[in-house]
Amino acid sequence: MPLSDPDLSAIWLTFKLASLTTLILLLVGTPIAWWLARTRSRLRGPIGAVVALPLVLPPTVIGFYLLLTLGPHGFIGQATQALGLGTVVFSFSGLVIGSVIYSMPFVVQPLQNAFAAIGNRPLEVAATLRASPWDSFFSVVLPQARPGFITASILGFAHTVGEFGVVLMIGGNIPDKTRVVSVQIYDHVEAMEYMQAHWLAGAMLVFSFLVLLALYSNRQGKPGWS
Amino acid sequence: MKMRASRLATTGLCALLVALNLGTAWAGEVQVAVAANFTAPIQAIAKDFEQDTGHKLVSSFGATGQFYTQIKNGAPFEVFLAADDTTPAKLEAEGDTVKGSRFTYAIGTLALWSAKEGYVDAKGQVLKDNQYQHLAIANPKAAPYGLAATQVLDKLKLTEATKAKLVEGQNITQTFQFASTGNAELGFVALSQIYKDGKVTSGSAWIVPAELHDPIKQDAVILDKGKDNPAAKALVDYLKGPKATAIIKSYGYEL
Repeated sequence: MPLSDPDLSAIWLTFKLASLTTLILLLVGTPIAWWLARTRSRLRGPIGAVVALPLVLPPTVIGFYLLLTLGPHGFIGQATQALGLGTVVFSFSGLVIGSVIYSMPFVVQPLQNAFAAIGNRPLEVAATLRASPWDSFFSVVLPQARPGFITASILGFAHTVGEFGVVLMIGGNIPDKTRVVSVQIYDHVEAMEYMQAHWLAGAMLVFSFLVLLALYSNRQGKPGWS
Repeated sequence: MKMRASRLATTGLCALLVALNLGTAWAGEVQVAVAANFTAPIQAIAKDFEQDTGHKLVSSFGATGQFYTQIKNGAPFEVFLAADDTTPAKLEAEGDTVKGSRFTYAIGTLALWSAKEGYVDAKGQVLKDNQYQHLAIANPKAAPYGLAATQVLDKLKLTEATKAKLVEGQNITQTFQFASTGNAELGFVALSQIYKDGKVTSGSAWIVPAELHDPIKQDAVILDKGKDNPAAKALVDYLKGPKATAIIKSYGYEL
């Protein structure tokens, strides 16, 4: 077996992290994307820019400031301690929080485009047919924005799998809790275990290719892709 | 008029290029890969070195394992100040260095450190009392200070007790960061990171007795790329000299 037990547990951990992050991002990102796509508020620009910020900031920079704010002296860390939760740095929940922030634009932007592409007309029609806003959201918007949701999920998942800098800064490299595949590969290289690094990286490469293949084969000529 | 302005600019540019060229011809430049734990001392040494010899020192800081990979793949480093003695020896055996240039420039000291004043006692009892949440160490597979930390825990028979509390930094800089931000109450760091002129600069520390771990010998070597560069030779000689060794010792290294 070319992949060792620690490699396999890193793969499993990465899978868990990416799935959970994607799920949370769909729940959190949908209302944000909906608001960004439809609002005429002056805050649209600033909020949109904040959501897109993780695209520009280097991951290690995001990670470093998460380490500071989530840590015992940071304001979020102080709040979680006051609530009796302790701090979330060096834990799986900490990684989930970091990944949600880091992958946010990859989920929000395809959704926002998909919602914007639907336009007002279908919603107005639904309203004249006496559909409540919730009803029209679930029976009109969701089906029409389906390609957008698929794109958002795949991008959010894939981007979290490839995450390195944030995890490096707030993870602490703990087996089964924070040691994800990208960190494990880095470890192998640092320890000059090139063969193990090659195997694990190869597995990641094949996986990424399959994800992108699914994305591009599925996506031909449908709206919602930015 | 336009013509003259552009000609003037060209002449100026040429003069500048010539001047830059002359600059490098007079005083050499040496590219150095420096182990992260030696960041502060090399910056202090660089100042004196540049003043005394006229050569310029260009340093890159990083993890020793990472430098090894980069050097094997054509990185432009001319001198390598490693955090261990095995990596330079390996490079030497593989024919990537100038034969006979390898020497120990510093012996690292390990310290158990907390950013909190009075948290670490002078004997390291805090480790055995086990009241903390997280103990930061450097990755023992890649960083010599990390390996030394695991040897200390082994010697103190604390390996089992601390297992669930260990958090790993990829190198000693990150380990220090975990402890200095308070995310880990305790960390095994390099004394050089927290020490200046005979005392610990902040927080509290236990300077780990040398007999609890194998010596952290840090070796330097002139790499193949630096074999014809007089500045590389000058730097290595300078590191062995009294001025540099005094600086190295002032950061808590042995020699």
